[in-house]
Amino acid sequence: MTDESPRTGAAANAAGDAHPAAGEPLLRIEGVAKTFGTFRAVDGVSLDVKAGEFFALLGPSGCGKTTLLRMLAGFEAPDEGRILLGGRDIAQALPHERPINMMFQNYALFPHLSVRDNIAFGLKRSGMARAEIAPRVAEMVALVKLEGLEKRKPDQLSGGQRQRVALARALARRPQLLLLDEPLAALDKKLRESTQRELMELQRRLGMTFIIVTHDQEEAMTMASRIGVMKSGKLAQVAPPRELYEAPRSRWIAEFVGDINLFDAESKLRDGHRLVIGTRDAGTLVVAEPRQPFGDSRFSVAIRPEKVKLSRRGPVSEAGHGTAINVLDGVIADICYLGGTTTYKVKLDTGGTVQASVANSARLDVDAYSLNQQIVAWFTPDDCVVLPS
Amino acid sequence: MRTISRLSRFNIASLALGLAFLYLPILILVIYSFNASRLVTVWGGWSLRWYHEFFADRAMIEASWMSLRVAVASATIATLLGTLAAVALSRGERFRGRTLFSGMLYAPLVMPEVITGLSLLLLFVALNAERGFWTVTIAHTTLTMCFVAVVVQSRLGSLDRSLEEAAMDLGCAPVRAFLSVTLPLIAPAIVAGWMLAFTLSLDDLVIASFTTGPGSATLPIRIYSEVRLGVKPEINAICTLVIALIAVVIIIASVASKLSSSQGESAAPL
Amino acid sequence: MSARRIFARPARFAAIAPYVWMVLFFLVPFGFVLKISLSQTAIAQPPYEPVFDLTAGWTAIRAAFAALSIDNFRLLASDDIYVFAYLRSLTVAVTATALLLLIGYPIAYGMARLPKRWQAVAMVLVIVPFWTSFLIRIYAWINILQHDGLLNQILLALHLVSQPVVWLSTDTAMYIGIVYSYLPFMILPLYATLAKMEPALEEAASDLGAPPGAVFWLVTFPLSLPGVGAGVLLCFIPIVGEFVIPDLLAGSNSLMIGQTLWLEFFTNKDWPVASAAAIALLVMLLLPLLFYERLQRRQLEEQ
Repeated sequence: MTDESPRTGAAANAAGDAHPAAGEPLLRIEGVAKTFGTFRAVDGVSLDVKAGEFFALLGPSGCGKTTLLRMLAGFEAPDEGRILLGGRDIAQALPHERPINMMFQNYALFPHLSVRDNIAFGLKRSGMARAEIAPRVAEMVALVKLEGLEKRKPDQLSGGQRQRVALARALARRPQLLLLDEPLAALDKKLRESTQRELMELQRRLGMTFIIVTHDQEEAMTMASRIGVMKSGKLAQVAPPRELYEAPRSRWIAEFVGDINLFDAESKLRDGHRLVIGTRDAGTLVVAEPRQPFGDSRFSVAIRPEKVKLSRRGPVSEAGHGTAINVLDGVIADICYLGGTTTYKVKLDTGGTVQASVANSARLDVDAYSLNQQIVAWFTPDDCVVLPS
Repeated sequence: MRTISRLSRFNIASLALGLAFLYLPILILVIYSFNASRLVTVWGGWSLRWYHEFFADRAMIEASWMSLRVAVASATIATLLGTLAAVALSRGERFRGRTLFSGMLYAPLVMPEVITGLSLLLLFVALNAERGFWTVTIAHTTLTMCFVAVVVQSRLGSLDRSLEEAAMDLGCAPVRAFLSVTLPLIAPAIVAGWMLAFTLSLDDLVIASFTTGPGSATLPIRIYSEVRLGVKPEINAICTLVIALIAVVIIIASVASKLSSSQGESAAPL
Repeated sequence: MSARRIFARPARFAAIAPYVWMVLFFLVPFGFVLKISLSQTAIAQPPYEPVFDLTAGWTAIRAAFAALSIDNFRLLASDDIYVFAYLRSLTVAVTATALLLLIGYPIAYGMARLPKRWQAVAMVLVIVPFWTSFLIRIYAWINILQHDGLLNQILLALHLVSQPVVWLSTDTAMYIGIVYSYLPFMILPLYATLAKMEPALEEAASDLGAPPGAVFWLVTFPLSLPGVGAGVLLCFIPIVGEFVIPDLLAGSNSLMIGQTLWLEFFTNKDWPVASAAAIALLVMLLLPLLFYERLQRRQLEEQ
């Protein structure tokens, strides 16, 4: 451990002396790596997070996202690389020396302290005057709408209330960076959705920087302004939600984020701004030329199910679409009714299958497709993405 | 209800018989301590006669006082050392001599008392230490700190480590985090450890016999020498008093730990 | 460095005081036992020789070392009294541990099947007698088992016997005393494993067609073996060296090793032989002690 200046995290908090220079990111992670035994949990991650961002680290369990978060909080020290907060390298600083706070996955509320004392805990440590603590605690209680529960102990609170206390406690010190480790995992679906909205609103109002770790891609998509997808200790792609969904950089990301139809390519021909691609399972497909050129390596054509349209006879002409349309004939092989949408699995005459997600826009749909019905699936070249395998 | 239907008649019978086996002898002893008659065969009506006799017995009173002082002193030192040992074992990760340390702490839990007693006596003789209050206290501390260490270590082990991390995250240096979060949460276990050490010390005959000197007998040593000569109603009275004392200690401690913490999970007394 | 290691450094400092204490008052004394077990009895104070006197110079210390011998161990191995005492200790410990398992298992099983709320109550009920003095519990049984004690009165009143039965100073009384004293030590580890067991496992076994007996022997019992191991060791080891219970409840014609040691030490003042007996007892218990230590450490460190 390097010899840090004896400055406490609290002082750094209060003075706010670590503000980045204009244009500099608040947080810069440079080539950070961490190995446990022989397992390389985080493998050379570099990332910039700007002040005011709501950043999500998304990935399957064991991908290293929690280890990365714990290195930001100071519970693990990286074996390699630097972590700069406002230009200062904090990689080896102890947790209490960092102007960063964390909301723990199981909340880690102190069971022997009341709601008020839990929230005041970090303030007392920062040497804040007693007279200032009470109003700050009251402000935090109001912020998370827990008025009237200040004297309760954590085991007298519901799951949602506990989550709010944990949030208030972590925010009370006004950290430069708030880390949230699967903050909504313990809540049920309905509560999770309303809490997501509240967290977003809170972050926007306070103008703070949040980094959230989650394995739930819907959660990351809903809340974050940018998402970093992690796989085996590496950042696979960093992009805003829309870009991540519509322009995934690899086949793995496309499959991890949402559902997708993939067709392995066997040949390609250039035709102006389009590529004509021969696939084994879906015949010849016309796709828009990808923005980033790719070599002659193996690749696939990908199309999201909601962009695949179905009809009995063939493509219905829609304004704005070009003439070249991919048309595939097939039979409905499986129907999965999901309420708002219905997913159809279409067995193509060419051998493959394609999934189409259709919105149920009418309550009584006399025209709903039925099993084994002959069908035409179609989609435009612009809706397709070419992905390296 | 499923849980009730799982309970067979055999289960209930074995539970009832087991508890009766555990409690009846003590109950009988307590009842007979109030028997006015000297003979166990005869119920002579309720009386406090044997309690008066006990309080008139100077040697018994002195032995009781000695035992109490030893129990309080050794339990207090043992709680301090045992808690430190538990912290080192459950939070110290790997360190040199760890295996020897844990071995030394777990062995006395089951080690026959004659061996522990004999070895300590030989040490005291070699050191030419005057035997009495301090030698017994040291011997009892050595034995009981191991029990304290186990009780506290099992509580520390079941404690959520993220609580300590949260304290550090909120500005505590490690030692401060331990004092302000961990210590209050393991307090019930520390209290339970003290009580256990206290009663074990009050209870011990063998180790005290080896390590005490002439003229400073503990209560169990006195009771033992009386019991060898046969049943005396006075002994029933002393035993009842000891049971009452231990019961009071347990009640106070459990009420205190209930009051000090409403964390739901309280430390088991063992 | 990890979060755990941030804590580890100050935590290790905590080890210093208890470490020094245990080395001084647990480890070092064994050195003395070993040394004196190799010495000769003497009518002196302390009652053995040679006495190591570091001030007497090198030759005196060498002479003292030369005077050490294993005669006491030869005596232990050749004298029937000691050999029988060791054998009796083992027999008593094995029999008593088997009895404890037989009696303790149904109780622990019954506890584990109680509704959750009652389990805590039952656990306290089992532990509380353990808190009352060991000696008092033995004394309580002397009360009951004596010639005109409660047991004989009841038996006479029910006309099951025509005259009082001699209970005290018999092996029966001793086994009652041992089982009574050690029962909580058997029940608690058994209960701990049984209570942790998933009830669905037994239900699955009977769902798959196993009758109740088979459910127990094929599922419940094998899964409770760690608890059985802990309970057996927790009882067996101290019973081998038990002194008070056989001394107060059993007859005096065959002694256990703990009694022999006590006798040699207090009555015969033969410290070297007592020490040798202690070393021999320790060697006998070394294997179970090592097993127990490993079990205890694994259990505490797995949490």
